[in-house]
Amino acid sequence: MSSTIQQMRSQQGAFGGVQAHVLSATNEPRIAIRNLDFYYGTNQALKHINLNLPDRQVTGMIGPSGCGKSTLLRVLNRMYDLYPGQRAAGEVLMDNENIISSGVDLNLLRARIGMVFQKPTPFPMTIYDNIAFGVRLHERLSKSAMDERVEWSLTRGAIWDEVKDRLNTSALGLSGGQQQRLCIARTIAVRPEVILFDEPTSALDPISTLKIEELIDELKHDFTIAIVTHNMQQAARCADQVAFFYLGEMVEVAPAGEMFTAPKQRRTQEYITGRFG
Amino acid sequence: MSEAPEHLVKSFDQELKRLRNLMTEMGGVVETQVALAADAIMNRDAAAATRAVEEDPKVDALEREVEKLVIRLLALRQPVADDLRRAVSALKITGDLERIGDYAANVAKRAIVLAQFSLPYSLAGLAHMAHLVQAQLKSIIDALGDNDAEKAVEVWRSDQVVDDIYNALFRELITYMMEDPRNITPCTHLLFIAKNLERIGDHATNVAENLYYAVTGESLPDSRPKGDTSAFAVVRPQE
Repeated sequence: MSSTIQQMRSQQGAFGGVQAHVLSATNEPRIAIRNLDFYYGTNQALKHINLNLPDRQVTGMIGPSGCGKSTLLRVLNRMYDLYPGQRAAGEVLMDNENIISSGVDLNLLRARIGMVFQKPTPFPMTIYDNIAFGVRLHERLSKSAMDERVEWSLTRGAIWDEVKDRLNTSALGLSGGQQQRLCIARTIAVRPEVILFDEPTSALDPISTLKIEELIDELKHDFTIAIVTHNMQQAARCADQVAFFYLGEMVEVAPAGEMFTAPKQRRTQEYITGRFG
Repeated sequence: MSEAPEHLVKSFDQELKRLRNLMTEMGGVVETQVALAADAIMNRDAAAATRAVEEDPKVDALEREVEKLVIRLLALRQPVADDLRRAVSALKITGDLERIGDYAANVAKRAIVLAQFSLPYSLAGLAHMAHLVQAQLKSIIDALGDNDAEKAVEVWRSDQVVDDIYNALFRELITYMMEDPRNITPCTHLLFIAKNLERIGDHATNVAENLYYAVTGESLPDSRPKGDTSAFAVVRPQE
């Protein structure tokens, strides 16, 4: 697994990872989840999940609290590995490799699959270093290459114009919305293939929220995206396909247009129309 | 037809209920209009005709009220799934009902003119047609009240008979006109009346289609049993 990633990464030019995505223009699954079970100790939080994350599309995950949608994101970049007693069974396939198997290099995996959290989590350092920090873990870049990467990431994160004159000031001085875009830029900086968003805008005001949504729309040209959200309108606006989770099961997955006009399952309909009892 | 459970926000349920009530109320007024118009022709009842025409502003007002309510719902509730389908189809359904009301008023107006002529032939065909259209209308308005998709399909299917009678009437009326030019004025009015009734049937079918979509989320097939062939009809004098 890790050797494949290294091979792939060594083939990348300055921004080759992104380029490579653009070339494979089909929407085949970037990640294929097969019969995935997940346990917090003895408590089964995910039951036989089967779901594809199509390449360079946005998959929205909705469902009431405790339905398993955030757990699924945690499985996708092996966050659960940090906690004893939590385990996953089944397959999460990326390039035909099961990324939940034990031989996987987690640092590389998390570079391939980045994550953005509900609360902006800037590091207590300069804006520049927030971006450069993760890059330095994976790559050895010259000063000019690093400058270029920082600018590229901040530009892709739709925040470059706002911070270009204050790169050496603390990231903690940014507004909440700016911090979140900085975190997205930081995620992009290591050129992942997949970006996971866990409630990325629930702590932001409506305008900052729209900026992030616009950014997600922009990013999906190059990245495969999964977004967990409690805001159904957000899923409707952002996602190409939407999956509805309930009590650890995936009840239904459908294109967003179908999901919000004519869902097939009664439970989906009751949830999205606000009839859940 | 089982009802969906209530919304967590009760006022949303009340608004949706009000929407449905407004639609059925509008359906009721339109039904009365059609009944009065049919009465006006069959019984040469000018008073009934006038009443049918006088109902029109009521229908228009109800249509505007539905429109306002739907726009409000869309803006404030952002409905999805069946709620969204109900809101959007309410707009279309009331549009159809409003048209039905217009046709009924037009039939009524013609009935007033028609009353000045003596008709040497039976109006049985027209009476039958009016009867069928009224039954169609009643069924679809009941279905609206009950969110009944199956009944909507029945109405949707039943329109074929109305079309067949219309085609027969078309030929019959042309024959009368050829027999005696003095028949041309009343028969032309009768022709328009028949056409208007046939159109009412079509709009009832549209209502059925929209109701079916609102309830099930699926569309009825495009190939509705549609049978007004009078556009191609030629009736020639016998040699």
